[in-house]
Amino acid sequence: MAENPPVLRLDGVCKSYNIGTPVEIEVLHDIALELQRGEFVALIGPSGSGKSTLLNIIGLLDRPTRGRLFIEGRETSKLNDAAITELRGHSIGFVFQYHYLISAFTALENVMMPLLVEHAFPNEEMHQRAHDLLAQVGLTQWENNLANNMSGGQQQRVAIARALAMNPALVLADEPTGNLDTKSANTVFEMMQHVNQTNGTTFLLVTHNMDLARRCHRIVEVVDGRIVTTRPTRATA
Amino acid sequence: MQTIFIVMAVAIGVAVIVFMSALLLSLQANFIKRVLTSQPHIQLIPPDEVARPLREPASDRVLAPIVQRPAQRIRSIDQWQKIKSQLSEWPDIVTVSPTMTVSALAVRGDANRSITLIGIDPEVYFKIVRVPDYIIAGQPRVLTDDILIGTELAKDLGVTLGDKINIQAATGSSRVLTITGIFDLGNKSANQRTTYVALRTAQALSNLVGGVTTIDLTVPDVYAAEEIAQAVQAATGVEADSWIKTNVQFFTAVNAQQISNTLIRVFVGLSVAFGIASVLIVSVIQRSKDIGILRAMGTSQGQILRVFLLQGGLLGFLGSLIGAAAGGSAVVFWHGYMRQADGSELFPLILEPSLFINMVLLAAVIGVAAAAVPALRAAKLDPVVAIRG
Repeated sequence: MAENPPVLRLDGVCKSYNIGTPVEIEVLHDIALELQRGEFVALIGPSGSGKSTLLNIIGLLDRPTRGRLFIEGRETSKLNDAAITELRGHSIGFVFQYHYLISAFTALENVMMPLLVEHAFPNEEMHQRAHDLLAQVGLTQWENNLANNMSGGQQQRVAIARALAMNPALVLADEPTGNLDTKSANTVFEMMQHVNQTNGTTFLLVTHNMDLARRCHRIVEVVDGRIVTTRPTRATA
Repeated sequence: MQTIFIVMAVAIGVAVIVFMSALLLSLQANFIKRVLTSQPHIQLIPPDEVARPLREPASDRVLAPIVQRPAQRIRSIDQWQKIKSQLSEWPDIVTVSPTMTVSALAVRGDANRSITLIGIDPEVYFKIVRVPDYIIAGQPRVLTDDILIGTELAKDLGVTLGDKINIQAATGSSRVLTITGIFDLGNKSANQRTTYVALRTAQALSNLVGGVTTIDLTVPDVYAAEEIAQAVQAATGVEADSWIKTNVQFFTAVNAQQISNTLIRVFVGLSVAFGIASVLIVSVIQRSKDIGILRAMGTSQGQILRVFLLQGGLLGFLGSLIGAAAGGSAVVFWHGYMRQADGSELFPLILEPSLFINMVLLAAVIGVAAAAVPALRAAKLDPVVAIRG
């Protein structure tokens, strides 16, 4: 194993549904992909091309039918549910198109949620960590506001802070700006870039917005369940 | 709001169970007390006399094949003193009281009434039948020439304390006794017929000097009386009847009451369980996205399961606390409000702490059990499906 393994490695990953039935369908074909530490990669492709399925497999929310998936050098196919859950909790952060914040909790409490899952009872260290993360996404003055009293852009920034709570190596962002206006989308994207540059966190961003995709280090295009192109952007140069 | 409603539903269910249970427990205890303070738990009586067919000694041929059941004479229990000593040693028996029961006529002037004369040793007999508690005039003194009679007999014969009445036994013996006490057993027939005299007096009147016709027993566990009676019968060879056997209808009523109480508990418990389960299932459906996100954040299936089981247990626990307090208060209020015509209480109220503790624990367990299905459903939610909705 290399000294610094890639944060993510997919090797011949396939995904089928309705296995063994006449209507078996393969939605991902022989996917191979590597993401290095500190990369900011855009995953693009038309609707129904398999982007979300691929993201679910990478996020360990779903299992591939064939192929191997490595997270920080750790092969995941033989891990049981408990180990998968533990790995997901520690190594991967999620940001979805909808923020999915718990509306009855404040921004600070929402950011603390992954820490509470790990430690059960809140402590001062957790408060400080959540406070720092909200500061990083520019929401210090909003930390005691209830999630449903914030704007869409602010809620998505809280969701980014929450995704970073466990200091994951990889953040999977599934169209995080899809529900936002251009200005808010730009702000959220810049926040993610800022975190990527400051913390060295690897981001895989699913987006339909080509302007944002071009601002990433690399664009991976999926069409009909296959990676058809992987190209660096000008931002890399 | 949903939580408040289900907690209230649990509370109402528990309140109904506490109210019903406390009421039935008190009623039942009162009935049993009334029955068992006027009769022994077990009574030993001599076996019936049986006629056997007459046979020719040499050939064993039956000479008189028609056998008529013999009339049952008043007989003493064989070796009753030995049996008394033997039973006094038994750990399952509290009191042993030999008695002599005789049919007699109470005569005063032109008036006479048929009575049952019970000869007793008051020191032990009053531990079984609390005659002193029922004395309304005079005192429970039973010396050789004393007699205690019921209110109805006193009225019928026109006698009062200190008056003398002539007692004529069926055997032909008679004796003049002085009324030292008048009692009210709460039953007109018993007040007409039952009288108490000294054991020695009854023995003399029945021409069975030194004999007894029954041995009365009490036991610590009244519900074990039948089993103990059978053991006594096996050990002594004397017929032993428990209060359960001689009060079959009463005991059946008590059992029916217990069964109906249990059924009420079961059905109320089931309705509480289904209420909690339905609320939690709705909660799982409403929160499926949150559950999905929590799973994505690293929450294990076990943690999700525990959260919902805990929620079910807490709903049951909280509801039962409120319900137990409400049910207890309601039964105390009802007991205070419902009085007899003379203003006295209907019956003594029994509120055992174990009833409340058991109900709270039971409701918590029902809550956890009811949460099992929704909790499993929540734990098994596929995070991808949950997040996509």
